[in-house]
Amino acid sequence: MMKFLAAVVLIVAPLSAEVTVIKNATIMTESSKGTIKGSILVRDGKIAEVGENIMIPQGATVIDASGQWVIPGIIDCHSHIAVDGNMNETSVSVSSMVNIKDVINPEDVAIYRALAGGVTTVNVLHGSANSIGGQTIVIKTRWGKDAQGLIFEGATPGIKFALGENPKRAGNPQAGRGGAPVPLRYPATRMGVEDTIREAFNDAKQYKAEWDAYDAATKAGQHPIPPRKDLRLESLKEVLEGKRFVHAHCYRADEILMLIRIADDYGFKIKTFQHVLEGYKVANEIAAHGAGGSTFSDWWGYKMEAIDAIPYNAALMAKKGIVVSLNSDDAELMRRLNTEAAKAMKYGGVSREDALAMVTLNPAKQLAIDNRVGSIEPGKDADIVIYDKDPLSTMSKVQKVMIDGNKYFDRDNEVSGRPQKELEKEKLMQEQDQQQKKAAPARRPQ
Amino acid sequence: MTGKKSGDRSQKSELVAIALIFSAGVFAAANDTFLIRNTDVYPVTGATQQNVSVLIQDGKIAEIGAKIVAPKGMKIVDGKGLRVYPGMIDSSTEIGLSEVSGERVTVDSGEMGEFMPQLRALVAVNPESEHIPVTRVNGITSAMTFPAGGRGGRGGASSQIISGQVALIHLAGWTWEDMEINRSAAVHVIFPSIPTGGRGDEAADFPDPAAQGGGGPATYTERKRQYDQALQQLNDFFAAARQYQKERAANAAGFKRDLKMEAMIPVLDGKVPIAVTAIRARSIHDAIAFAEKQHVKMVLLQGREALKVVAELKEKNIPVILGRSEALPDNEDAPYDQAESLPGQLQKAGVKIAFGTFTNQFARNLPYSAARAVAFGLPYEEALKAVTINPAQIWGEGDKIGSIEKGKWADLMITDGDPLETPTHIKHLYIKGQEVDLTNKQTRLYEKYLSRP
Repeated sequence: MMKFLAAVVLIVAPLSAEVTVIKNATIMTESSKGTIKGSILVRDGKIAEVGENIMIPQGATVIDASGQWVIPGIIDCHSHIAVDGNMNETSVSVSSMVNIKDVINPEDVAIYRALAGGVTTVNVLHGSANSIGGQTIVIKTRWGKDAQGLIFEGATPGIKFALGENPKRAGNPQAGRGGAPVPLRYPATRMGVEDTIREAFNDAKQYKAEWDAYDAATKAGQHPIPPRKDLRLESLKEVLEGKRFVHAHCYRADEILMLIRIADDYGFKIKTFQHVLEGYKVANEIAAHGAGGSTFSDWWGYKMEAIDAIPYNAALMAKKGIVVSLNSDDAELMRRLNTEAAKAMKYGGVSREDALAMVTLNPAKQLAIDNRVGSIEPGKDADIVIYDKDPLSTMSKVQKVMIDGNKYFDRDNEVSGRPQKELEKEKLMQEQDQQQKKAAPARRPQ
Repeated sequence: MTGKKSGDRSQKSELVAIALIFSAGVFAAANDTFLIRNTDVYPVTGATQQNVSVLIQDGKIAEIGAKIVAPKGMKIVDGKGLRVYPGMIDSSTEIGLSEVSGERVTVDSGEMGEFMPQLRALVAVNPESEHIPVTRVNGITSAMTFPAGGRGGRGGASSQIISGQVALIHLAGWTWEDMEINRSAAVHVIFPSIPTGGRGDEAADFPDPAAQGGGGPATYTERKRQYDQALQQLNDFFAAARQYQKERAANAAGFKRDLKMEAMIPVLDGKVPIAVTAIRARSIHDAIAFAEKQHVKMVLLQGREALKVVAELKEKNIPVILGRSEALPDNEDAPYDQAESLPGQLQKAGVKIAFGTFTNQFARNLPYSAARAVAFGLPYEEALKAVTINPAQIWGEGDKIGSIEKGKWADLMITDGDPLETPTHIKHLYIKGQEVDLTNKQTRLYEKYLSRP
């Protein structure tokens, strides 16, 4: 029956409107304009104009947002939605050859739920079982599109690294969750985690040197034999070349510092530290490296390496000059990142605008897509969320969501469409029952 | 300190008095008599009173009014621009019993054994648990702490049916005895359930793919048989307890005291409710029928499908402890806001509701569960009641906690705004009139690393 409903939803694919004006809204632009009362003009999927007084072009679709609030589409810098099957290739501790792009599932209902929570852009990552996990991609929550249609065109791809308890769990099968049997595999300690990453970059650096020599020789008109292509090292070569971002799952200060030093030694950058619950302890070092910090607002105490997690982490890292985002890592939590942002106001006194930036502009910067999304400014993608009230209020909810100028979620339609959906589901189920009855072999008395 | 009276507890009162004197606080020691002046009082059970004073005497609320004159030398708290609310109550946690949920050695919930009503959560409460100061930072002054998690059986047995006695505790105290409000506020029953995949309860012999892969019974018929068997065991256990109760009353020759059975007597007498974890409609329906048949008081926990049996809940006057409103829908086809809408729908139907976080980690976020339900239809006033007076009444302590009324304990929070909104800060917190420390390991680490050069 899951498939049935997915089919129903696909029919309701959003219509493209060429010119739309959202008027009378309180707009948290997350730009130098700050928060204004006014209108947004959307043309051909892009934000054309933002201001207190905007001329409404003839024929424009007008959304009257009186009393409502508008913010840029929310960006979740750490998620596992829209992935078909398992998140981890656990057979090896360096799995840099696998790519999440190959297993994107556009029918995952989590996409729609995220959309209903105002999320328009998602960094989709592998799990954290491996020191070096797989290749990651950025998607937009264009519910109803196929896998290719979800992909955020032009966004730099990434790779997932993982430090601490998770990657060493495979080396300690007894310590696995619930004692679940997993194959014994190196590493079993944080020392081993460092070594696996160092070994990989040692290989990658030599691999890159071989290819650089080959490329130089080819350029010089020679015809050398090309080095053997190694898909495992290829993506790490891209990291060394700055063409692929490292998103590193981490908790403790020691392991964060450890990875920074590996990166220094091999000449690459960590783009974001993910979770980074003890980031506040080594904020100076993270800031000096230039990495972003993408953290939980207030998760703590669920495992030993989360014992020193503090809800002030986001505010503290921000104070030390780190670009900070708040992520979900969870299909449920990602539906309310707006109120996760409000926690940075409570714990550490971050301003309203700066708090909201932690789920909009800052993750956009961390993914280097801030030229496209993250704020409401002319020229950017029209990824816009309308709330019924102040989005930093726990009592607010999403009314409408627009991606590339197209409406992908409308609460009014969602609610009014429910009886119809129920009827359709009922009908499909009846049809299935009848088919099953027909197909069932007749029982004959013996 | 109060709770259930029994003979062996009289000697304790002296110790308690000493404990109170040395209780940590900003104010002078033993100061549970003071005046909060010029403040706005949100009593929850009555209308908001603006610009009034609250007199606290010997840890209790003595008076609320505009013209209270403080006796000379009395401690005065300036409440100007601030608000006073009753402290909040989390109706489902494992506070004190579970420290690091992923590390079994730090977890004392989830004992072995199927029928274990004699187990008492209270005695395993670690007063130094870091969850206590972390949770109360957000205005939560008391919590129900469960001998097993919502679904039970985290540790030993996976088939727990009665996990033990739930304690209602204050989130402050030198010992678990200090913290006690009610050591046996409920007996926790994890009602049997039929794991279903696919089409739900009615589809007979519809195979559950998960059960097939996971080594469980493959057919609905088999799972139903196991369910009926567990239900029979539960009935048998109650029947045995009733028989024991009779023999005990008769004091027949050869009568032997049995701790398991002893623990059931307050339940059979209707003095202690059973707190029943039941998620699906069938389990809830059967649990209601069970409580009716056994003539015991019942409180429903979680009840994700409570709406399907809402008429029964209303008719039998069974309150519901809702899990977090921040939850995914039960299945792919369910509305995206199913969990968020449930509290409002139940309240509208006339069912008394309260919230539980069913965690320790997020217990401090209790008010946000209530607030999120407001966004999806629960009236604001009812949301506030669902974390204060409702749980107090549901757990039998409505005359002591849960609202700001004369004669009740001064479990109070003084805030700079609406406690259901995230950016609001708790400025002062009182438990039985004692000011409670609002620092914890997290605030200390913050201060420490804020000052790192």
